[in-house]
Amino acid sequence: MMRLRALVMATLAVPALAGEIPLAERRSDTLTMSSELRAMQADDAANPASFSVLDGEALWRVRAGASGKSCADCHGDGAQSMRGVAARYPAFDSASGRVLDLEAKINQCRTERQGSAALPMESRDLLGLATYVGRQSRGLPIVSDDPRLAPAIDRGRALFTARQGQLNLSCAICHDDHWGRKLGAATVPQAHPTAYPLYRLEWQSVGSLQRRLRNCMVGMRAEPYPMGSDEFIAIETYLMSRGRGLAMETPGVRP
Amino acid sequence: MARALINVPKIAKVGEIIEIKTLVSHPMETGYRVGLGGEILPRDIIQTFVCTFNGAQIYRADFSPAVAANPYLTFHTMLSESGAFEFRWEGDNDFLLVETASITVE
Amino acid sequence: MTTSRDLTRRAALTGAAASGAGLLVLRSTQPASATPEAMRAVMRAITGDAPVRKGRVQLDLPPLVENGNTVPMTVTVESPMTALDHVTAIHVLNEKNPQPYVVTVHLDHRAGKAAFSTRIKLGDTQRVVGLAKMSDGSFWIGEQDVIVTIASCLENF
Repeated sequence: MMRLRALVMATLAVPALAGEIPLAERRSDTLTMSSELRAMQADDAANPASFSVLDGEALWRVRAGASGKSCADCHGDGAQSMRGVAARYPAFDSASGRVLDLEAKINQCRTERQGSAALPMESRDLLGLATYVGRQSRGLPIVSDDPRLAPAIDRGRALFTARQGQLNLSCAICHDDHWGRKLGAATVPQAHPTAYPLYRLEWQSVGSLQRRLRNCMVGMRAEPYPMGSDEFIAIETYLMSRGRGLAMETPGVRP
Repeated sequence: MARALINVPKIAKVGEIIEIKTLVSHPMETGYRVGLGGEILPRDIIQTFVCTFNGAQIYRADFSPAVAANPYLTFHTMLSESGAFEFRWEGDNDFLLVETASITVE
Repeated sequence: MTTSRDLTRRAALTGAAASGAGLLVLRSTQPASATPEAMRAVMRAITGDAPVRKGRVQLDLPPLVENGNTVPMTVTVESPMTALDHVTAIHVLNEKNPQPYVVTVHLDHRAGKAAFSTRIKLGDTQRVVGLAKMSDGSFWIGEQDVIVTIASCLENF
């Protein structure tokens, strides 16, 4: 809190904001972590999010709902069919005309294809499936080239750059204008969504990008958007566009 | 649902020092934390980890609440014969998890 | 227990008022009973009258950690690890977590190498101590200071 105040003071003293990070300077926040945390992320045998991947792999084959079908009954081997999929989410859904993030897409499949109940946000099952699907894109570049995403990207950018909350901060003040600088002992990250869902040491568990965004909003003393809201999906869509070209790292580890 | 990840070489030479990596899914709730409602979250930890090889104990660890969530432990051993490892974690609330792995020693 | 927590809280509030730092007040919600003295008492309970010598125990911990919830740690003890001369136990203790105990491993010469890695919680900036018991009954000690910082943006307040 003291540090946030200090940052606010520092920010007020900066006359011109830096604006969006030049594409060539965008890089994964993995690179600012300690070698120990990078090793934890890179080694499946040491990465606690591996359990989430394994949970999802098991669930992939579990039949659910009125259809009596599993994910695998339609999509086959997820290691093949889901390759590169998470690197393209959030994606435009033609049927509903909405932009869906990966978790929302999984729940659309659950409710509309499998005839089952939607999985609760941040539940172990939903995180497991999202982490398993995300894992199949590890190493592949983030792709954001669908023109139908433009309205969501624009809205997400507007939300990202708008000052809000009692501290009167925006996402951009930290992550565009002050990345690489110190907030306490922590390095302010560029905040690219390369590694979600990820295991966060602060949480001692796996969580989604939306949980991270909610966490940031609480830190800014802003009223967080509801989980699953269009606002959060717009910010996710903007962040994927902002991080386009960076390699996916799911499941990540972050402090 | 997978609860433990064990990394053991499949093959080793007689007398070779091998590394065993273990990762187990567990909250390791310390008993000192306060929940959102102000209540103390009750302690829920793994207390002991025992590794046996062909029935004989080769390694044991006693955990306290200061071991991080999802306990990770890597250690070493030297073997003179092929056989089977058993990994056993026991803790609060009757937590018991047993995993096995086999290795060929030549 | 209640009394000591009240005292801790009062001390923290006094400290907070003196320094103007609100963070100290947050600390008072965590019972902090381990102290350097408590750790030394635990060490005495482990070692008894046996001599404790400095050296042979190497702790590898990051000197500064961003989050004390999961701190990678490797402990290595110099030993020939023969049937006649080996490490039988390695205790890791700390000064300021609620309890002085962290982890203890029991091994013998069949380990080949007296080293292990794990991940620990550190509630505060403090000294971590590794205490190795040898097969001849002697003890060796190594220690490392770790600075633990509080996350800049907490999820809940």
